Amino acid sequence: MKKYIIKRLALGIASIFIVATLTFFLMNLVPGGPFVAEKSISKAAQEALEAKYGLDKPLVERYTTYISDFVKGDMGYSLRQRGRTVSDIIFSKFPVSAKLAGIAVVLALALGIPLGCISAYNRGKFYDNFIIVLATCGIAIPSFISSVLLLYTFGSKLGILPTVGLNTLSSYIMPVTALAIYPTAYITRLMRSSLLDVMGQDYVRTSRAKGVSSFKTLFKHALRNAILPVITYVGPMLAGLMTGSFVVEKIFTIPGLGREFVSSITNRDYTMIMGTTIVLATLIITANVIVDILYKIIDPRIKLK
Amino acid sequence: MKEKLLEIKDEYLSFFTPAGEVKALNGVSFSMEEGEVLGIVGESGSGKSVTAYSLMGLTAYPGKLVGGTIRFNGHQVDTMTEKEFRKMRGNEVSIIFQDPMTSLNPVYTIGNQIREVILLHTDKTKQEAQERAKELLELVGINEPEKRLKQYPHELSGGMRQRVMIAIALACEPKLLIADEPTTALDVTIQAQILELMQELREKLGMSIIMITHDLGVVASMCEKIAVMYAGHIIEYGTADEIFYEPKHEYTKGLIKSIPKLDTKEDERLVPIEGQPIDLLNPPKGCPFAPRCASCMKICLNQMPPKTELSDTHYSYCWLLQKEQFEEGGRGCE
Repeated sequence: MKKYIIKRLALGIASIFIVATLTFFLMNLVPGGPFVAEKSISKAAQEALEAKYGLDKPLVERYTTYISDFVKGDMGYSLRQRGRTVSDIIFSKFPVSAKLAGIAVVLALALGIPLGCISAYNRGKFYDNFIIVLATCGIAIPSFISSVLLLYTFGSKLGILPTVGLNTLSSYIMPVTALAIYPTAYITRLMRSSLLDVMGQDYVRTSRAKGVSSFKTLFKHALRNAILPVITYVGPMLAGLMTGSFVVEKIFTIPGLGREFVSSITNRDYTMIMGTTIVLATLIITANVIVDILYKIIDPRIKLK
Repeated sequence: MKEKLLEIKDEYLSFFTPAGEVKALNGVSFSMEEGEVLGIVGESGSGKSVTAYSLMGLTAYPGKLVGGTIRFNGHQVDTMTEKEFRKMRGNEVSIIFQDPMTSLNPVYTIGNQIREVILLHTDKTKQEAQERAKELLELVGINEPEKRLKQYPHELSGGMRQRVMIAIALACEPKLLIADEPTTALDVTIQAQILELMQELREKLGMSIIMITHDLGVVASMCEKIAVMYAGHIIEYGTADEIFYEPKHEYTKGLIKSIPKLDTKEDERLVPIEGQPIDLLNPPKGCPFAPRCASCMKICLNQMPPKTELSDTHYSYCWLLQKEQFEEGGRGCE
């Protein structure tokens, strides 16, 4: 186990390095630059800015400088948000997005798993159909629609929930809901199909033949086997949500990382692009390692090598 | 007269599928004494497993008992609720399944799965259950039981897993053990070991066994009585000797002819039973075997033959036997 974790960490660092390299060269291939704005500044000023941030140097040299700085823990200054370092921005915004994502994922698991179980348990009956219709809607409706609908209903029509920011506890309700709808629906469907598959397995029949109640059969024998696909899905999904949802953050005016992500790209804020991408890559890799370890704990057949 | 351990009378069971009613059992009757070993043979879909599952209340959805009575060990099984079934299953009647590779839950240890059934049906403490589990593993011939209890199913071989399944089945000393093709998924040497084990355990514990199989060799070596099933009917029933040496039904004769024998010549072919089993969605009016029967008569297609008693233990359903008896003018054929 220890050996495995060390190996995965080493691999993870290598992957992050590859991601960083690819991102670096790709973003520089895209035309435009951080100081090419609508309001054109003088050529002299632009050159002075580029010289200040080292953008006048050849690409390979810039790359080596970035990587060696990054290894020392320095991600540089943001090119567009003057005077702030990339780490500053990420450290101030990431917790906001992470908190929202954390709550949303816990909610999605807490709702999706039981709903999936109920659905599978009542296969073909009313509850199943009802849940499946809801889940299909949840998957089909994009978050900007559900966000706007929530905003319209609870914020504007009923006026019971705050529409902007995250200042009070109640202001979490709408963004968390908007974030949780899709994963909840997805987990419900995943749980249902996986559980149906497991319920048809021989060992579930064995459990019934032993005289175990159907409730205990479901929870002891079936669920533990059926939960694996859900875990596979939740790991990377959590990483994705933690780096923020552009749509939801924009609609509810939340100062999260998701907006930085998108605006850094449109602004060609090179150092920010690198920073946010590396954060996302790190999270996804970490999530996958955790998923693998959870797998091993749940299913003894899995060997971590 | 002492009550029989198991008495099934005129059992009808159907699966209500979207395509229609699949009549899986069409009037099955048989009984078993305590300590008896009964073999149920027949091809796939003949209703052998369904018969056994129904007496444990394990008939899979959408299967439903539509008629007949089942009495087992003093219980009226056909009117039992799920809760009553639960008390009986694993306790008074247990089952071992065909495929030991998939019949054990991969995510729990062997010990956990054996203890579960003990804790469920007895008042034993966890410690006592652990002791009993160890005893059981020794009983089914698994060495190093302490170590095995901590292992997971995937760490054991197929034969070993089937032994564990037998240990689970025997945990509460059932009156009746149902073995649903217990050796089909195992290789030949392991098959022999498992059969030997079952026979040994029967002698030691004195339980009854229903052996479901399509392997006539298995039946011959183990069973005292044999029921031959075809399309949801028991078409012939008798002692092992009667079935093997004096088969009366054309289907039974066909089955026995299709077994390879040691003394056949090299170029001699096995005799197959031509044709396909009938469609249980629309079973024919007459004898279900008539469409494949070489000696089929007109009446066979139109009317189900009545029971012909050939001896106290041997009976069959075939018009040919009726004809013979009629021609001999009495209860002949003994």
